[in-house]
Amino acid sequence: MIEVKNLVKKYGNHLAVDHLDFTVEKGQIYGFLGPNGAGKSTTMNIITGYISATEGQVLINGHDIFEEPENAKKAIGYLPEIPPLYMDMTSKEYLQFAAELKKIPKDQRKRMINEVMELTKIDSVKDRLIKNLSKGYRQRVGLAQAILGYPEIIILDEPTVGLDPKQIIEIRDLIKELSKKHTVILSSHILSEVSALCDHVLIISNGKLVASDTPEHLGELMAGSNTVVLTVKGSTEKIKSVLNSINEIRDYQITKSMESGSKDIKIQMKSQTDIREKLFFTFAEQRCPILMMDSTKISLEDVFLELTSKEQINEEIPENLQEEVEVKVEEEEQNESNL
Amino acid sequence: MKAIYKKEIRSYFTSVLGYLFIGFLLFVIGLYFTAYNLNYAYPEIGYTLSSSIFVFLIIVPILTMKIMADERRLKTDQMLLTAPVRNTDIIIGKYLALLTVFLLPVILCCIYPVILSSFGSVNFKMSYTAILGFFLFGALALAIGMFISSLTESQVIAAVLSFALLLIMFMMNGITSFISGTAFASLVGLILILIIIGYILYHMTQNYILAAGVSAIGAIICIILYVIDSSKFAGKLTNILSVLNVTEKFSNFAGGTFDVTGVVYYLSLTSLFLFLTIQAIQKRRWS
Repeated sequence: MIEVKNLVKKYGNHLAVDHLDFTVEKGQIYGFLGPNGAGKSTTMNIITGYISATEGQVLINGHDIFEEPENAKKAIGYLPEIPPLYMDMTSKEYLQFAAELKKIPKDQRKRMINEVMELTKIDSVKDRLIKNLSKGYRQRVGLAQAILGYPEIIILDEPTVGLDPKQIIEIRDLIKELSKKHTVILSSHILSEVSALCDHVLIISNGKLVASDTPEHLGELMAGSNTVVLTVKGSTEKIKSVLNSINEIRDYQITKSMESGSKDIKIQMKSQTDIREKLFFTFAEQRCPILMMDSTKISLEDVFLELTSKEQINEEIPENLQEEVEVKVEEEEQNESNL
Repeated sequence: MKAIYKKEIRSYFTSVLGYLFIGFLLFVIGLYFTAYNLNYAYPEIGYTLSSSIFVFLIIVPILTMKIMADERRLKTDQMLLTAPVRNTDIIIGKYLALLTVFLLPVILCCIYPVILSSFGSVNFKMSYTAILGFFLFGALALAIGMFISSLTESQVIAAVLSFALLLIMFMMNGITSFISGTAFASLVGLILILIIIGYILYHMTQNYILAAGVSAIGAIICIILYVIDSSKFAGKLTNILSVLNVTEKFSNFAGGTFDVTGVVYYLSLTSLFLFLTIQAIQKRRWS
C-alpha cells in the first residue's frame, strides 16, 4: 500500500528525517508516535507529496509520489496539522470545492458531501462560515475534507489536538469506523490515543524509526517484570519491612498518598508470578490495610519514554530518584507529626 | 483547474478586493474619458487609456498580493498541493481568475468608443487595438504581481515588492535615457546585471558554485569580447534594459497601430512570469 524506502529530509544541516524505512499494509490503523519535532509531520508531508525528500522513495500503490504525483495523490486524503480551511467559505461550499479539486464525478458529489457531513457530524454547521466555527468543528470540517471521495489511505496529522474530551472520543470512534474500509495513518504524541486506536505503532525519535510493532508486542518487549500499584495505610518503616520480606519484589517506590496516613507504593516484580495474594496476606498480618491494589502491565508510555530518551537514561538514575522520593516522604512525615 | 478558478472568482467577489479593483480602474478610466474624450471631444480612447495605465501600479498589487502569499500563510496550500492536481493547473486556474476580474472593466471600456461614435466619427479599429494593448499590458502586470506573491508569505511584502517592480518597469523609459551609451558603461552595467542574476540563482538554488560560476563566466566572456571589440558594446545596456520597457510597447497600441511584436512581447513575458511562478512553487517543496 505505502512503501517508504530510505527516506531522508534535510533542512540545511538539520536532519529532520533520517533514513526512514517502513511499509503500511491495507486495512489497518497505523500510529506515528514521537515527541514534538521528531519528524512526524515532515514524514507525512513527504508521503502526501507536499514537500519533497532529499533522498529516498515513497510508493503509494506502486506509484512514486515524486514521479507520478497525480496517480499517487488520488489514493490519499490528508488532514494536516493545521486544517487547510478557507475562512470565507461556509462548510458546505468548502466541501464542494474540495470535491471538485479531488475530481469527484459531478453526479456523485452531492451524495458524497452529504454522507461525509453526516459522518463527521457537521450537518448543523453546513451553512456557517468557517471563520465563525469553533476549533472542534473546524477540525471536523478538515477531517470531512480528508475523507471526501473515500480515498484508500487517510492520513491524519494530530487529529485530536485542541479538542475537548467528548470531541476526542467522537473523533476516535470515527477513525475506528473509517478503518473498516480505509487504511488510516495518524500521528500523535498522546500515548493513550495511539494505544487505544492503532493496530500498529511506529515510534519515531529524532527522525529515526526506533520501533515498529503492535502496541501489545511493544508492551511485552519491555515487560519482563509486572508492576503492582498499592495504596496502604501505615508508616513508611512498617511498609518497608513488609516489602523487604517478600522475595519476589525486585524494586519498589513509596510516595505519599492523597489520603492522609497512607502511602502509594509501586512494586516491580522479578518474574511474571502473581504476588497479589501474598501481598494481601503479608500486609494483613502486619495490620496494614490495603486500600487499593491494581496490577498494571508496562504501558506504552514506558516503552515510549524508554525508546525516545535512551541516551539520557542510565541505570543509576532511577535508584537516585527513588532515594530522593523516600527522603521526601520521610521529611513530609516529620512535618506531619510536627503539626 | 476549474475548481481553483471558481474558488478564486468567488473569493474576489465575496470580499471587497474584486470590487475595489474594478471600481478603481473604471473610476480612473472614466475620469480621463470625461476629461479628454467628452470635454475636449478627442475621438481616440487610446489617449485616455495611456493616461490611466499608472493605475496598475496601485491596483495590481492590491489584487495579486494575497493570491499565493495568503495560501502559504494559512497553510491552505497544503490542500491544493496534496490534491491530485498539477501545479501548473493551480497557477493557471488562479491566473485565469485574475484575468476574468480584469476583463470585466476592459469589456466595459469597449462601450466607450460606441458612446463616442454617437457624437462624431470614431476609428473603431484603432480604438479596439488600444483596448487590446491595454488588456495585454494589464495581463502582464497581473502575472508579475502573482509571481511576486508566490515568493513570500506576507501580503504586505508582496504588495510592496510588486509595486516596486512595476514602478521600475514604468520608469524604464526614463532610466534608459539617463544611462550613458559608451562601451565601458555598458560593460559595467552588464557585469552588474550578471551579478544580480547570480544572486537570484543563488537564492533559488542555494548553490553558490553554480551562481558564482554563471556570474563569473558571463563576466569573463563580456570582458574578453570588450577587449576584442569594444565598439560593439556601445549602447548594449540600453538595448538590454529596454526589454523591461513595458510602457513603450503599449504606446504603439495606444496610438492605434496593431503591433505584432508587441503582442508577442506581452504574451511571452506573461508566460515567463507564469512559468516562474510555477517554478517558485516547485522550489519551495525542495527547500
